Amino acid sequence: MPIHDQGYRRYTGRRGPRGRGWWVIARAGVLERLRERRFLALLLLAWAPFMVRALQVYASTNFGQMSFLAPDANTFREFLDQQSLFLFFITIYAGSGLIAGDRRANALQVYLSKPLTRVEYVAGKFLVLAIFLLAASWLPAMALLGLQMIFSASPDFIRDNPWLVPSITLFCVIEVLVSSLAMLALSSLSKSRRFVAVMYAGMMFFAGAVYEVLRAITGGTGWAWLSPEDVFDALAAAIFRAPRTPELSLPVAVTATALFIAASIFILDRRVRAVDVVT
Amino acid sequence: MTDPLDPARGTPVVTIRNVSVKYGPRPALQDVSAVLPAGAVGLLGPNGAGKSTLIRSLLGFIAPDHGDMRVFGLDVRHAPLDIRRRVGYMPESDAHIPGMNAVTFVAYCGELAGLPRADAMQRAHEVLHYVGLGEARYRNVETYSTGMKQRIKLAQALVHDPDLLLLDEPTNGMDPKGRDEMVALIRDIAHERGLNVIVSSHLLPDVDETCDHVLVLARGRVATQGPIAGLKGHGQRVFEVRVKGDAERFAAALQSAGLDCHDTDEDVMRVLVPEGRGSRDLFQVAAQHGVQVRHLRASVRTLEDVFVEAIGAP
Repeated sequence: MPIHDQGYRRYTGRRGPRGRGWWVIARAGVLERLRERRFLALLLLAWAPFMVRALQVYASTNFGQMSFLAPDANTFREFLDQQSLFLFFITIYAGSGLIAGDRRANALQVYLSKPLTRVEYVAGKFLVLAIFLLAASWLPAMALLGLQMIFSASPDFIRDNPWLVPSITLFCVIEVLVSSLAMLALSSLSKSRRFVAVMYAGMMFFAGAVYEVLRAITGGTGWAWLSPEDVFDALAAAIFRAPRTPELSLPVAVTATALFIAASIFILDRRVRAVDVVT
Repeated sequence: MTDPLDPARGTPVVTIRNVSVKYGPRPALQDVSAVLPAGAVGLLGPNGAGKSTLIRSLLGFIAPDHGDMRVFGLDVRHAPLDIRRRVGYMPESDAHIPGMNAVTFVAYCGELAGLPRADAMQRAHEVLHYVGLGEARYRNVETYSTGMKQRIKLAQALVHDPDLLLLDEPTNGMDPKGRDEMVALIRDIAHERGLNVIVSSHLLPDVDETCDHVLVLARGRVATQGPIAGLKGHGQRVFEVRVKGDAERFAAALQSAGLDCHDTDEDVMRVLVPEGRGSRDLFQVAAQHGVQVRHLRASVRTLEDVFVEAIGAP
């Protein structure tokens, strides 16, 4: 049968307003990941600490002799600390191929030949990762807070710690922003998601290791800004009003975070282009 | 049926004025000026002539260093998104979204171009049938053959029903049958469906069979442009000549006598004789150089003749 029999018809329907490409990209990216059983298993695993903490909250609010388990504001900080490990794996699993895969398949010129800006493209990809990271950090933390209120049948805990919700939200947003942008920047540097995963893991561990070596040599903590773990520690201490003195001062931690974000955006600006011009 | 020469379609689709593009120190386009009318326009030129650069500049991928480019009257610098909304682009290299089957990929492209989700999916099915991938539309694009990948690239460019299609080497890597079908599709799109098409190719038959108008680029400059029919019929006469003797010396002598000539695949050379001169001049050169003319036949001027003359190469 000749192919022309199927015919081509002009489109007479409506067209949506411009500027929604980021949402199309984000939705497709999220659905694609959710179709993978291994990723779903990882997400479920990331909620395991929540189950343990939920039991802890239940026991402390229902059994008097278990009241020593009662959560305080620091419990939530510790919980988010625990979740960092899962965030690391989720970032690698869901983020390493976000731009690298598109670069491998030359998809950038397909995306950018549509009425879509580079910012919308990056925003869509960012949202894919950010949604999963928030689902493994902010969402269980908030759920835990909700359970605390439900099991104790009183809003006293929130009333006593009114800054807890904004603190959890702010810390999660910063953590997700830094992790997602760093991963996207690395993903834009390569066509191989495996290589990107190795680079990300290397960056997280290597920077920490370099700091430990420098600390051993210099005997001081002046290089702590090199270690992502110490930077997050300092931010968390300030945000959660923790009594422990971090190795890094807040201004240095904020500056290091801002520089890290700026560097990631710079890399994305250089790498996310429809055409690579080699001069 | 839409007539590409209809006066209603006569307004220029693309206007290019004094455009220069450089990759570092290397010029890719130099002072290019052209008006591409509605209908099917071929961008011809050898590899490295600047065809892909011109197309990418029209899409706003590359910012010209100088000059002004307009598509449907919209400035490429200031309204690239408005232009891309009305343009479909089929890139030269393989390009797809990883992990998607054909219908999901094409529907996704439709959504990115602004179509509602349901409409995009419906259009994806229609367009995939149209390009001949109806049976394979649920297969992952990564498993497609080269010819199928060319078709899927055409489908993603067509899904949002653009007013202008930019096709960069659309028959690259296709077998003869697939190439014929792709050419037929392009002809149908341009001449029966009312879409404007710009076909960039280094293959003369592709442009000859699909386009009404041609812009020939050579070394980043416009070598010639105009309606193909006009260029073929313009000025010169063409003779097919077979000689006995030193053909190379004869060809050089013809060139110095002002008669362009170029070899074909066979042992026949095509001699382009300017207006006002004729076969007598050709025989004179042969006699002066002791070469026997064994075969002489008046021929029709082809696009290849136009191309060779334009880029100034034998």
